[in-house]
Amino acid sequence: MEGAILALPAIGFNAVYAVLRFANFAVGSIATIGAFAGWMANTALGWPVAPSLLAAFFVAGIVGVVSDEAALRPLRRSGPLTTAIASVALGIILENVVRFGFGNDPRGFTLPVYRDWRGFGLHVGPQQVRDAGASVVAMAALFAFLAFTRAGKTMRAVADNPMLASLKGIDAVRIGRIASFVGLGLVGFGGMLIALDTQVDPLTGFRVLLSVFAAAVVGGLGSIPGAVMGAFLIGIGEEMSLLVLPATYRGAVGFLAILLMLSFRPAGLLGQRA
Amino acid sequence: MTAYLASLMVFAGINALLALGLNVVWGLGGMVNLGLAGFFALGAYASALLCLRLGWPMPLAGLAAVGVAAALGAVLAAVTARLKGDYLALVTLGFAQVVQLVAANERWLTNGTDGISGVPGPWRSLLAPVQFDLLCMAVCWGLVAVCFAALTRLAASPFARVLRAIREDEMVAAVAGKRVLWFKIRAFALGAGASGLAGAIYVHFNGYVAPDTLDVLLTLNVVLALTLGGTGRMAGAVVGALVLEALTEGTRFTGDALQALSPVQIASVREAMIGIVLVLVLRLRPQGLLPETPRIMALETRAGR
Repeated sequence: MEGAILALPAIGFNAVYAVLRFANFAVGSIATIGAFAGWMANTALGWPVAPSLLAAFFVAGIVGVVSDEAALRPLRRSGPLTTAIASVALGIILENVVRFGFGNDPRGFTLPVYRDWRGFGLHVGPQQVRDAGASVVAMAALFAFLAFTRAGKTMRAVADNPMLASLKGIDAVRIGRIASFVGLGLVGFGGMLIALDTQVDPLTGFRVLLSVFAAAVVGGLGSIPGAVMGAFLIGIGEEMSLLVLPATYRGAVGFLAILLMLSFRPAGLLGQRA
Repeated sequence: MTAYLASLMVFAGINALLALGLNVVWGLGGMVNLGLAGFFALGAYASALLCLRLGWPMPLAGLAAVGVAAALGAVLAAVTARLKGDYLALVTLGFAQVVQLVAANERWLTNGTDGISGVPGPWRSLLAPVQFDLLCMAVCWGLVAVCFAALTRLAASPFARVLRAIREDEMVAAVAGKRVLWFKIRAFALGAGASGLAGAIYVHFNGYVAPDTLDVLLTLNVVLALTLGGTGRMAGAVVGALVLEALTEGTRFTGDALQALSPVQIASVREAMIGIVLVLVLRLRPQGLLPETPRIMALETRAGR
């Protein structure tokens, strides 16, 4: 279950990495913004969960593209590291914009309460199953977008070989914007799923940042199927760690996974870049 | 007012030490280290605990704190030796988060999220608060001066020359017979040690340390200070820390505009400001106020060409 929720932010991170070639550390705050957008739609407008998730996607995508245009795009020619550092700063800015507007108090969604399903000695919360289902639907939509639409195909072309893509007359800036919108939108979608599982506050996304990076790195930076696989591995690893470690150390599993992966196979399980 | 200014100068000095440390690792060695907050935390906790639990005298505890931070820096450098750029940024950022996790969870050692309070300061009970602040300021800037002098010498040494070579092209340095890993480990340990020292000063001045003061914002502050001052030059690190302190404190006096806001909102504006200034500096003056003079140019000027 954990893996299904981590997968979306990890995919978003990798999609941005694949096309724009920098590590966008602002994803934590983008996830938070998605969570707040969904929460607003759910509580203030009274929308059910499914349309609220769409609201999370669109708001996070738009905020993502606009903030990227304003803060990060002019820096890209200074190199990926400068951009990555600026994205840490951007994350702090966005987090504090949220804090300015909503304060630090934790909030929750208004959700119908279901009884746990029981069977085979397990308890399963219907909410968790629905979250996982929503995540799978979003992933399926992304794969369809990449496989069948023109924008999706050009995105893959730019990720694959930017030089060749520009020779073919593909406008890299426009594709970058689309990648930011779709990628960061998915991050926001995932952020709302995280918030459904935990709570909504200015650090909702930041708390899972390490796990998201871990999923992206383990799967291979820039690889979208890799992000899915990495997320499931990290999710399972974090659950397994509960057997030997206190629950609060979950985040450390991600760090360990990153270290091991980068030491032995820096390209990740499904990545190409060495 | 004197006490306020003195405590500002202590914080500026702490940032200057952190920026000096980062300058060795990043400015000279070209290794990005976003784990500063982690080393800072190690220094702060080590010094506080050695004083409180084992009754060590402060200078000794501070020295041990430097040692602990430097040792962990060496380990991290050895483990991450093959990583560059954004990969290294990721791992070091993760390192700081793990340190924060440990500090928040090992209650038997660190008292968890409540933090450690009642950490002794130099003659705190004998001095008036103003005198204490002034003394801390003197000690802090004394240490900054020592580190600055030592690191400026270091920056002109063959050791730094090799580090710069590694920064520009690791392969070339290796081909020239330099043991790249060993240089990286030493640079990282040195930088981490300076961060540990900063942490120790912080905890003895403040009397208190808790995990939530050690977050990524602390690191970002230092990255900003160094970028502002100019990476690669030791003077840049110190100037950057001073300018940054003036900038962030300046926002306290923006007048009535901020008076209508709640404390949380004021805090968020100040934090966002740090981010905004960093983005602007990276965009408008990435080389900083005091850019590093390329060596060849410096030699040519000296030769009078």
